[in-house]
Amino acid sequence: MSETILPPIGMLAELTHRCPLQCVYCSNPVELLKANREMPTEAWVSLFEQAADLGVLQIHLSGGEPTLRPDLEVMIEALSRRGVYTNLITAGVGIAEGRIEAMADAGLDHVQISFQGAFAPTTEKIGNNRGSHEKKMETARRVRAAGLPLTINAPVHRHNMDEVPDFIELALELDAERLEIANVQYAGWALLNRNALMPDREAVEREVEVVRRAQEELYGILTVDFVTPDYFAIYPKPCMGGWARDAFMVAPDGTVLPCHAAGTIPNLVFDRFGDRSLSEIWHGSPAFNAFRGTEWMAEPCRGCERKEIDWGGCRCQAMAIAGNAAATDPACIKSPLHARMAALIEEAMASDKDTFHYRRISGPVPTHQLEPAS
Amino acid sequence: MRPQRERAVVSANSMPALKPHVRLQYDPVRGAWALLSPEKVFWPDEVSLDILRLCDGKHTVTQILEELAGQYEAPVEEIAADVEAFMQEWSDRFLVTL
Ligand code: SF4
Ligand code: SF4
Repeated sequence: MSETILPPIGMLAELTHRCPLQCVYCSNPVELLKANREMPTEAWVSLFEQAADLGVLQIHLSGGEPTLRPDLEVMIEALSRRGVYTNLITAGVGIAEGRIEAMADAGLDHVQISFQGAFAPTTEKIGNNRGSHEKKMETARRVRAAGLPLTINAPVHRHNMDEVPDFIELALELDAERLEIANVQYAGWALLNRNALMPDREAVEREVEVVRRAQEELYGILTVDFVTPDYFAIYPKPCMGGWARDAFMVAPDGTVLPCHAAGTIPNLVFDRFGDRSLSEIWHGSPAFNAFRGTEWMAEPCRGCERKEIDWGGCRCQAMAIAGNAAATDPACIKSPLHARMAALIEEAMASDKDTFHYRRISGPVPTHQLEPAS
Repeated sequence: MRPQRERAVVSANSMPALKPHVRLQYDPVRGAWALLSPEKVFWPDEVSLDILRLCDGKHTVTQILEELAGQYEAPVEEIAADVEAFMQEWSDRFLVTL
């Protein structure tokens, strides 16, 4: 490794894989960890202390559903004491009375609530949970009432793409500062459900136009961030801002990973916090160093002027589509395998779009969509 | 349905303040000041820092300009446009209230 390793800025803590929802697009791994594999409070707190020492300034408390951890307030307090910015990423379903206020008191800085649809039937269909939409609305109101800034996160795909204008209305109605229109990234459960989730080209074009207009019209009123759809792109995204460059994530059992899907890359061995310190992992883990910087790149990335803009794209997407984690992300037009993206869109268009593999701890079982609530 | 929300526009009488849940904080690991906000960390330069420190909800824009003009030994008219542009941008990014 010739490149200097900078301290990490951000950390995503997946506190648990448990969740009341079963979203078909969930980015968690298909093999979910049960509650008995989760790290205890003291281990998380000690990890957070080490993260702060290492230079982490922002921690996203996520899952699964992080509020299923009764010790969440203790963790927030520990982070707040160290001046680390805390962001709760929640589904907003089943949060007990008084808890949001307690988290605000503990020093929570920001809340992000996901909405699977802009309307109840869609939210219920995608997350396979009746009544979830109303609960999310209620949670959002409680978050604002507690004086916390709010982001609405809308993971977008075939079954809700035409609701993008309604997501914008929803975000304004709920007094959010920020709306994230995030085209689903095909990893984890979303990869398993790719054929059912893939949008068609015209819908993507309409979506891009709606978002572009909203960004213009709502400038200074609502921030509308857009996570672009890789399969329709010309250039890849700088996944995680570059492999092990300024952020990392931790699975419920303490496994420290460069990104969500890194576990899908064979031959990489990931360390668990506790077996090694966070600093040892960040600086010395062979898996973290495998794709750090630009040294590992082959052509066309190696000689490309964008290599420090997108860092060659997503290693897990290269693995999933090119069969080689060190290849150029096939989302890139310069990849010799770029045509595969279009072929995969075609394949999805020709297949059954109504069979979902809902996210389950026991593993995938194909099911027909939940009937709309009457 | 949609509550009437409007873009805040900076004026001479605005009293800019860091939004609650936006923090200006010294980072000992990097030896630099960081502006922490939902989702993003900013690294303000010296000039931005001087302005941000005066965004305390007690100074009007006019007073901030006078103060900065003193610090930089430059006439108010010379710095006003830049300083106001900074504030407008921070307001649009939900970092300060006006
Ligand atoms: S995507 Fe859905 S199922 Fe997955 S953690 Fe979030 S709310 Fe739960
Ligand atoms: S060739 Fe590599 S570095 Fe260049 S744009 Fe494509 S993915 Fe990015």
